[in-house]
Amino acid sequence: MSAETAGRPAAVSARGWGWRHAGRAVPAVHGLDLEIQAGERVLLLGASGAGKSTLLHALAGVLGDDDDGADESGSLLLDGAAPRGQRGRAGLMQQDPETQVILSRLGDDAAFGAENLAVPRPEIWRRVHEALEDVGLAGFPLDHPTSALSGGQKQRLALAGILAMRPGLVLLDEPTANLDPAGVLEVRDAVGRSLDKTGATLIVVEHRVAVWKDLVDRIVVLQPGAAPSGAQQPAVLLDGPPDQVLAQAGRMLAAAGVWVPGQVPDTRARRNAGTGQLLLAAEDLSVSRERPRRRGQRIPPVQAGISAEVRAGQALTVTGPNGAGKSTFALTLAGLLAPAGGKVVAAEALAAGAGPDPFRWKAKHLISRIGTVFQEPEHQFVTGRVLDELMVGPRQLGRGGQVVDELLQRLRLDHLAEANPYTLSGGEKRRLSVATVLAAHPRVLVLDEPTFGQDACTWAELASFLAELLDAGTAVVSVTHDEEFSALLGGAALRLGSARLQAGAA
Amino acid sequence: MRQALTLHGNTALLTRANPLAKFAAVVSITAVLALSIDWVSATTALLGEFALFGLAGLTLRLLWQRGWPLILAAALGGWSTTILAADSGRTLLDTGIWSISEGSLELGLGFMLRGLAIALPAILLMSCTDPTDLADALAQKARLPHRFVLGTLAAMRLVGLMAEEWQTIGMARRARGIGSHGSPLQRLRATLGQSFGLLVQAVRRASRLAVTMEARGFGGAQRSWARESTFSRMDLWVVLGGMLIAAASLAAAVAAGTWNLVFA
Repeated sequence: MSAETAGRPAAVSARGWGWRHAGRAVPAVHGLDLEIQAGERVLLLGASGAGKSTLLHALAGVLGDDDDGADESGSLLLDGAAPRGQRGRAGLMQQDPETQVILSRLGDDAAFGAENLAVPRPEIWRRVHEALEDVGLAGFPLDHPTSALSGGQKQRLALAGILAMRPGLVLLDEPTANLDPAGVLEVRDAVGRSLDKTGATLIVVEHRVAVWKDLVDRIVVLQPGAAPSGAQQPAVLLDGPPDQVLAQAGRMLAAAGVWVPGQVPDTRARRNAGTGQLLLAAEDLSVSRERPRRRGQRIPPVQAGISAEVRAGQALTVTGPNGAGKSTFALTLAGLLAPAGGKVVAAEALAAGAGPDPFRWKAKHLISRIGTVFQEPEHQFVTGRVLDELMVGPRQLGRGGQVVDELLQRLRLDHLAEANPYTLSGGEKRRLSVATVLAAHPRVLVLDEPTFGQDACTWAELASFLAELLDAGTAVVSVTHDEEFSALLGGAALRLGSARLQAGAA
Repeated sequence: MRQALTLHGNTALLTRANPLAKFAAVVSITAVLALSIDWVSATTALLGEFALFGLAGLTLRLLWQRGWPLILAAALGGWSTTILAADSGRTLLDTGIWSISEGSLELGLGFMLRGLAIALPAILLMSCTDPTDLADALAQKARLPHRFVLGTLAAMRLVGLMAEEWQTIGMARRARGIGSHGSPLQRLRATLGQSFGLLVQAVRRASRLAVTMEARGFGGAQRSWARESTFSRMDLWVVLGGMLIAAASLAAAVAAGTWNLVFA
């Protein structure tokens, strides 16, 4: 990159552009016509499969070559030239914070992009200091370990690394989907501040319109290049100022799963309060993921003195800041981690002869009593076919598969029964991971951030489904930052503090 | 686990030496010890290495935490050599199935000490060397291709991440009713399944990381370095120190008459 272009806002021009990934029959993007002026800020919406990420990857110059077997048509230009030849003109941030960090020390990581552009050493450090200041990370020493940063901090560090390249175009691919509400605002504000300063062009892909609406000056809605009928349709469905697009098509966007500000998706409400029979209790519980390596070694628990009760037909919502040990608590309560102190006690109504300590239960005894849905659905996939995946639980328990067909239908997975679980979309994976756990009919369901990064449709389905389960007498424990979600399920709340604890069912 | 891979907080003298100099010192010690199985050269090298603990900021406790698999392997190797090697000299213990003689004991002891003396410099090196600095030195001073060096460095970060992932996948599988208990065959199957899950996650993470690196301009021919890797006078001492330990081990063994070339 030459000195004159560094930092100058970049313009994007797509003319009949299309891209088909190697080995795919249908193009990811087809016939895209889109002009973005230098310095414009665009929020890109669209159903999954509309090619949003593909467009961002292409602009970042990381899509691979035609000789991989992929197929490009039309033209996509960044300042009038192909993006691939312009390293550093565009900076890309992706969803998973862990893979946005490259090096193990904060300063080194922020410098990485500038190094690759062969920026002279003194200039690199000037840029690094400035970028860390802009994203609000200047308070950390340059040798601060990046592994000790929170998700929001990691994303802001990634932004600093991008800013240090002085790009003309900033591309954000669901940058806040894995973050808690505080982290979302941290990242959004850091993006706003730095763009105000550099004037760079922005393209952001995100389901949650409310977060970005005031920061962008244009919303573009993409749709898949081929309609379900097979007919060609224009890649850009809607294009205009945010308020106009939302007024015009708010209802349609909401129906497509976009989180339109002011619209909470319709859900089924709770209809009864549950029997309230005690199933599971935490008594003065301390939790930690670390295990002592030697006898007598003391590891300070991440959270101590937790007391909570899980009752049939009632929800328990676990909230608290990052690092408060919410997930660790949920895993301990679910019999997957040994308590670091205190105990988890299963009432006889739940244990049914298996003993009071869920951690000591055999795996197959556990799943028919307590089901756990992990934050990352892929962690729980153990087969290569959706149908097999659902049969795992019933097979372990020696039961038939009647429940499986019902769950497939109920969670709209029936057309995917033969698909590989890893190839599903984010929302489908989430629904499948819930269904697989429910196939074993547990009386207690534990969910870790079930609504993270989900579109509005999946959100509404999940919330309605859980309300139904609660009415039928299942106890639901969820770790969540989602206030609308917990309000809908009702029940008790357990708030874990950041340092020591102030708990107790509210 | 991930914290253990960083040097945060270690301010010992040897952390400031150039990683390449430390690497050269380690190689010279290892080269001599690899040539002979005898307890005199190994003991001499071990004594020299222990003397360096303070300079590297290593304590016995840290040594055990970081190097216990190597230490156990050395002990095990020594023990099996002792009981299995051909007997010579006076027989000390004979159980019928195996026996320990003066000759086999000496060989076993030499084997164990040699294992320790070879493992210890590597542990010393890693305990006072930040992987990032090592990568800088390898690319800038040893002129290894920077794509390879930095790619490896980034991958190493993922290794720590994968250790956490392994624990999570284990729990996630238990939550699916797939326990890791039962007969050895069931356990093997469970471990294989869990490994497959980990492999899938590792590949996903690695490809996302590769995209991140490429999007930050990685992979071009020209590159500048934010951290300059430099040699100082201390590095000369480090290399000389390593050669001194190597030479002393060799001399001691030759003088004591125990020098015993492995391939002679």
